[in-house]
Amino acid sequence: MAEGIKDKVVILGMGCTKFGERWNSSSEDLSIDAFTECIEDAGIEKKDIQAVWVATHFDEINVGKGGNFLGTALKLPLVPVTRTENFCASGTEAFRGACYGVASGAYDIVLALGVEKLKDVGYGGLPGTPAFGQMQAIMGPNATAPGMFAQLATAYSAAYNMPMEKIKEAMAHISWKSHQNGTRNPRAHLRKAIPLEQILSAPMIAYPLGLFDCCGVSDGSACAIVTTPEIAKKIKPNDEQVKVKAIQVSVSSGEEVLYTDWDGAGMLTTRHAATEAYKEAGIKNPRKEISMMEVHDCFSITELATMEDLYISEPGKAPNDVLDGFFDLDGQIPCQPDGGLKCFGHPIAASGLRMLFEMYNQLLGRWPEDRAVKNPKYGLTHNLGGVPNQNVCSVAIVGL
Amino acid sequence: MIGIRSYGGYIPHYRMNRLVIFGSMGWINPANILNAQGEKAVANFDEDSVTMAAAAAADCVTDFNRDLIGGVYFASTTASYKERLCANLVAGALATREDVRTADFGNGLKAGTTALISALDAVSAGTAENVVVSAADCRLGTMGSPQELMFGDGAAAFMVGDTDVIAEFKGSYSTGHDFVDHFRGSGAKFDRQWEERWIRDVGFGEFIPEVVNGLCDKYGVTTGDFAKVIYPCYYGGARKAINKKLTLEPDQVIDNLQAVVGDTGTAQPLLMLVKALEESKPGDKILLVSYGSGCDALFFEVTDNIHKFPSRRGFMGNLNRRAELDNYVKYLTWRRMVPVEMGLRGEEQKWTRWSLMWRHHKEMLSLEGSKCKACGTVQFPPQRVCVKPECGAIDQSEPVVLSDKGGKIGTFTSDMLAASINPPAVYGTVNFNGGGRYVFDFTDCTVDDLTVGNPIDFSFRIKYYDQANDITDYFWKAVPVTEGAE
Repeated sequence: MAEGIKDKVVILGMGCTKFGERWNSSSEDLSIDAFTECIEDAGIEKKDIQAVWVATHFDEINVGKGGNFLGTALKLPLVPVTRTENFCASGTEAFRGACYGVASGAYDIVLALGVEKLKDVGYGGLPGTPAFGQMQAIMGPNATAPGMFAQLATAYSAAYNMPMEKIKEAMAHISWKSHQNGTRNPRAHLRKAIPLEQILSAPMIAYPLGLFDCCGVSDGSACAIVTTPEIAKKIKPNDEQVKVKAIQVSVSSGEEVLYTDWDGAGMLTTRHAATEAYKEAGIKNPRKEISMMEVHDCFSITELATMEDLYISEPGKAPNDVLDGFFDLDGQIPCQPDGGLKCFGHPIAASGLRMLFEMYNQLLGRWPEDRAVKNPKYGLTHNLGGVPNQNVCSVAIVGL
Repeated sequence: MIGIRSYGGYIPHYRMNRLVIFGSMGWINPANILNAQGEKAVANFDEDSVTMAAAAAADCVTDFNRDLIGGVYFASTTASYKERLCANLVAGALATREDVRTADFGNGLKAGTTALISALDAVSAGTAENVVVSAADCRLGTMGSPQELMFGDGAAAFMVGDTDVIAEFKGSYSTGHDFVDHFRGSGAKFDRQWEERWIRDVGFGEFIPEVVNGLCDKYGVTTGDFAKVIYPCYYGGARKAINKKLTLEPDQVIDNLQAVVGDTGTAQPLLMLVKALEESKPGDKILLVSYGSGCDALFFEVTDNIHKFPSRRGFMGNLNRRAELDNYVKYLTWRRMVPVEMGLRGEEQKWTRWSLMWRHHKEMLSLEGSKCKACGTVQFPPQRVCVKPECGAIDQSEPVVLSDKGGKIGTFTSDMLAASINPPAVYGTVNFNGGGRYVFDFTDCTVDDLTVGNPIDFSFRIKYYDQANDITDYFWKAVPVTEGAE
């Protein structure tokens, strides 16, 4: 019976670039910057790295296929470089590969790196390349990410018979909170506080999502070096260890997009991945035990629904928790302490590792007081890739 | 008895007051004020002759077993392809069998009636039965031209057969004249016409009486025998002169629909016939005349079956489903008459891979899904492995056509970011009545018309147009069922 990887893998070091419209930096530049910070933090040399998992999503406009670009950019010494692509969970998938490499005993020290260069497209929003193959490109609507996620809101409103005004109010609070957190974070893409009234009156992107309900479209890279607790102890004998407690991934079964039972108001995959992750980490009551979260707030409505899917809020009650400040930086479970996708930015395949970067540094107490989460024990990260009816979800839990 | 078994009509949702056009373009041709009365029907941005013909044909075969359809004829002068049989697209949208006779008729405005005569001849000869004839046109005049004001968009369809006939076919008479009053060269987008006085006096004024008299002589009837006489001609003066010449009383002559639809080309006399049949009673003799490069005249007599003919949208039902298009430039944009900025997102290349399209042609054209024989779950697109979590049967499915099932709105949005020539793109999940779901574009509506749980019908539409390769691709969209429209 598989027992999972709880406490078998330690994050030895991490790096993360400033996210944003990095017009003058290539994917390679961003990777080198994140890696340089990471390897210094880890206290090892490049020759110590035995294997690499690298994540990129939009290979068409990015670095192409495979892992060759990273081998060449970092001049890695002929080690395996495996590219992972699984929508917005790509970065966490690279991390999962690296952790499994260590936990299996195949390797001692492994690098996981995510990088995405989105701002070479020529227009706002994500690149409009077909994500689900040619048939869906031909038959499906010419849909965008905001349009597909916006439908969570119409479905949520119908499922809980809740007026759209109340949902909009909660969504606005979510974005307001992330902007507040973003102002405190020098690496974040968007660092301006936005008043609630401005959020509520912003131009509509995809009904009912306004401009401030949508996350930043950014360039950036983040990475982690992982090893065993024993090796970490040798390299950093006096440091506290950030251990991996759980990593779970769930992919849609087709039920959501084909079968009429799903109500569209939340993600089946998140519920499944969360259940499995809590089991792997030994967490019984997530609302009480999770100290902080970085979730996939590609849109404010995604964050709202995710609070229920992660079993933090009761079904239909996330708007109340949000409006009560439960997820604010000074709330019971700070959510998006670094600004989230909303303000830190969302270079697709870097996001999962960026979230872990925040949890890692919070757990080690490295952040200034104005944005430090108090006495964190467990940090949860969550990615949701694809679209609500066809998605991949990853949930990772790290802790001391 | 051979004749018309069924009819169907289609008038697009949008109507434009001709003064809207004149308000923008009257400056270039002030005399056009004489043509700027009433309104014209305008195809939506995702409609063309093929989609309108499919809609009229679907109306025509309402509640009819599609497997019994023996042929599909499509008539238009504005087909989306020169090489690719559009009748197959209409047949696909009807989900007919594929071992049926399909043919396109075109190049002259009388093609609609010629297709009808050909279908009647085939039934008469016993080589085909239950042949569906659908005619549609979406002709364009240049900005500021009289044609721009006179032309309208629409379609009409008939099924002809030898049982349950509502109008018996008694005979026909035809003429062919190389009389070039209107023409379009093989690459032309816009209609060109010669002097209107000549068209009026020599064209309509002589050819319509010629063919009517020819038919009357051939079958030993007089114009007075006909309860309803249908002929296209949008010149009011010429109509009066023709009526006088043929000794027709005003109540015999079916209105030319100019004030409410416009001249729909090949569909024009057929749409008027739909209207006539809606108002007819057993024993009525109907004279149907087309005009363009000559004339066809067809002689019908309405039977008792007209009383038990089930109601459908036809002409009046379509006429009453409407929305105002009050923006001339939007019309130009929909018809791709002006270059418009869709943003770089709109320039992403859309490949049409024909081998893949063929593999999937039934799901694309007929909205054919699958039904699991093990558990009965309907799914779209068709699945080899059943999606029902407790089932999962492999290769136990059978095809099921979903285009006529209708559905209910599951989720929706209206997207300003998506590239569209008619933003915002409105789309969402639709749950098919009877099971299955898919994310469809909504059309003929705004987001304000949508509520989760409300009913929709499916409509065959242009899915995308690839300008670089001149490819029009079709798929189904969802149209909210509006209260009181039916």
